[in-house]
Amino acid sequence: MGTATVEPQIESRVHYLNVSYGIKSWLLTTDHKRIALLYLASITFFFFVGGAAAVLMRLNLITPEGAIVEPATYNKLFSMHGIIMVFLFLIPSIPAVLGNFLVPMMIGARDLAFPRINLLSWYVFMAGGLLILYSIITGGVNTGWTFYTPLSTTYSNTNVITAALGVFIAGFSSILTGLNFVVTIHKMRAPGMTWFKMPLFLWAMYATSIIQILGTPVLAISLTLVALERLFHVGVFDPAVGGDPVLFQHLFWFYSHPAVYIMILPSMGVISELVTAFSKKRIFGYSFIAFSSVAIAVISFLVWGHHMFVAGQSIYAGLVFSLLSFAVAIPSAIKVFNWTATLYKGSVSYDAPMLYAIGFIGLFTMGGLTGLFLATLAVDVHVHGTYFVIAHFHYIMVGGAVMGYLGGIHYWWPKISGRLYPEGWARLSAAIIFVGFNLTFFPQYVLGYLGMPRRYAVYPPEFQVLNVMSSAGASILGVGYLIPLVYLAWSMRYGPVAGPNPWGAKGLEWQTPSPPPTENFEETPIVTEEAYAYGTEETQVA
Amino acid sequence: MAGHVVPKKLYILVFAALIVFTALTTGVAFIDLGKWNTVAALAIAVCKGSLVALFFMHLRWSSGLMRIVLLAAFMWFAILVSLTLADEFTRQWTPVPSSWQAQIQQNIR
Amino acid sequence: MHSSTVALAEQFDDLDQQHEASSLGMWVFLATEIMFFGGLFTAYILFRNFYLPGFEAGSRLLNVRIGAINTAILLCSSLTMALAVRAAQMAKKGVLITFLLLTLLLGVTFVAIKLGLEWRHDYLEGFAPGVHWTFNGPDWRHIELFFVFYFFLTGIHALHMVIGVGILTVLIILAARGRFSSPERYNAVEVAGLYWHFVDIVWIFLYPLLYLIGGRY
Repeated sequence: MGTATVEPQIESRVHYLNVSYGIKSWLLTTDHKRIALLYLASITFFFFVGGAAAVLMRLNLITPEGAIVEPATYNKLFSMHGIIMVFLFLIPSIPAVLGNFLVPMMIGARDLAFPRINLLSWYVFMAGGLLILYSIITGGVNTGWTFYTPLSTTYSNTNVITAALGVFIAGFSSILTGLNFVVTIHKMRAPGMTWFKMPLFLWAMYATSIIQILGTPVLAISLTLVALERLFHVGVFDPAVGGDPVLFQHLFWFYSHPAVYIMILPSMGVISELVTAFSKKRIFGYSFIAFSSVAIAVISFLVWGHHMFVAGQSIYAGLVFSLLSFAVAIPSAIKVFNWTATLYKGSVSYDAPMLYAIGFIGLFTMGGLTGLFLATLAVDVHVHGTYFVIAHFHYIMVGGAVMGYLGGIHYWWPKISGRLYPEGWARLSAAIIFVGFNLTFFPQYVLGYLGMPRRYAVYPPEFQVLNVMSSAGASILGVGYLIPLVYLAWSMRYGPVAGPNPWGAKGLEWQTPSPPPTENFEETPIVTEEAYAYGTEETQVA
Repeated sequence: MAGHVVPKKLYILVFAALIVFTALTTGVAFIDLGKWNTVAALAIAVCKGSLVALFFMHLRWSSGLMRIVLLAAFMWFAILVSLTLADEFTRQWTPVPSSWQAQIQQNIR
Repeated sequence: MHSSTVALAEQFDDLDQQHEASSLGMWVFLATEIMFFGGLFTAYILFRNFYLPGFEAGSRLLNVRIGAINTAILLCSSLTMALAVRAAQMAKKGVLITFLLLTLLLGVTFVAIKLGLEWRHDYLEGFAPGVHWTFNGPDWRHIELFFVFYFFLTGIHALHMVIGVGILTVLIILAARGRFSSPERYNAVEVAGLYWHFVDIVWIFLYPLLYLIGGRY
């Protein structure tokens, strides 16, 4: 035992963690906070499995001939990495962990609208995840997370159907989460909490839920068609009998492009919370950020063809998609400007969550701008299918979404666990992650521009230096991710006890003890002030 | 507390209308109207669907939010169809090198 | 008073909120179903436009009489379902169970006709793609594609009907146990009704798209 003694208050007060013990009380819980922790455990597990695949990939790419695996195996590795990271980590991460925990608290409710459906969504998620793991253990799949036809329907001899079924099931979990949030936000806000008094995290979750609800079913049908074609050899995607393989891409990307906004919007919501809390200032342009979240959700459904510019898509459709893809960048840019303006003349403190937020703003901007390069038809002809694309989306997904996720986990950790994490270690990890990330992915922009294709196990020798840099960065990044695992777990037992509001932040979730009681609030709060009402009164740091 | 209770007669009236529409659409299918056959079939289907949604599903007496949800779903379906077809139907608009033409004609059919 | 407090789930403040929430939840779920079927409809519309002669020929091979009868059966089941919801709203247990049973029977009849009569017939005649396809006449590839969509669309629709039948069974059991003994508790029946009517609406569109566009003149 260390010198930190466990304060008596946290044990004598009843809260959601100690109200009942035993595995049944967790596996049969309907408390949104416990379900959030169930998800936290699952997605953390899947993150490191997907990360392991990435480690093997980067190790292999240290030499031009492929250092450790055959191309056939490499194909399975990148497929596994993509499927796990997209469907089992990024899509659920913020919505199912932070969203589940915070949505009811931020609107002043006792729970979500449908607590049992919430629990069901976790079981469905686990079923899908375990099926995907099973498909990997029994041989893997080599189609990439994109399951393109006719490889997936006709030529691949790997576990396509099992993997597709696993993704289908996991997608259903996403739909249930989105459904729950939409109904909760519409119907269960506390008295006085109008739409425009809601924290922006809720606007982001609402927009995300719209995408989950309207997009995921189309993914489901596209994968069902792949499975049926594979089973019955029917030819919907087979040109020899009049089918169209590009039709699969339309159906697939109709979901999968909005899906990337499922992955980034919640993170943007987190950043809005972090930027205000750590500059002790009202958000600049509240309604612009709120509307831009909804605008992103809507416009995101209009741009999917930019993944298909060189797939044989009509050039006229390509023109339309290219133009719309430029449009979708605008609301994101509006957010970045507003966050920056929020920081201006704020009382900025550089705790770990803020380091992640600032990192997000820089890295997301870079990733977003390179998205414009890719949206430009003529440029995309050259960089499609190269490492440029990979660098672009990793800047957004890792430099953006994951950093936002980690920032949020650290910011709300005191609320979730009732403990403070060690700030020094947290800042160190944030710095290591930032350095490791850039070293991993910046060289990939150059590689892509120079022409190195993606999803290749081998490459021309002149690309080796950049590849080695990238692999070196990946090892640093990996260390950066492992450290929080250790200190966050440590803090749950040995961290200093946190009061209700260690950051002195605004928001209903900080008006209740840490950890919160099962019903969240002693009495339903009544909301009178706007969100982020900093500077209007002294905010107690407890 | 129990929501709007619809009179039995209204339900039966709607049901009768639905049967009439079904007979109508079936009958029209046997008359040659050219491309208007499809239009008629879809228009009647939309009428039938609307009757079921408005009266059997109580949309007529529901809050605007539920109607927006239904409308949004149809709009999103419209986006999926229109942009997909925008690609599929305009692929042939781009001229192809004549040396490829013969090969392509052979492969279609 | 007592029954209404028992009916209220603890996350809600009052029954109105609970009813609004559960109805909204079902409508949102139906929106996802519209997108699910929408993907299939998109593919169908696409191929029908490319291969009209083949699709028309395929459509003519379907039995319109059976299709029309099945449509009437399903519309009937929607009527009985609406009347069942009405009975739940008035807490009339006997009437409720009767109409739920009728709806269930009509639904089972629909699936039986679809699978047992139509599908079986198509399979025996050699019009089952990937399973038993023997037709070799003109345009056979496109006719086969038509039947692919016919089986996918009606199959997924039938799957939804079977799920609906399952839901109705549960409702009947609950009703028999007195679960809907007061008007405030009608919401589960209404929400199931929404699902059932939606599956009916899907068929309202499937019927003309599959059976009636065959140029039967």
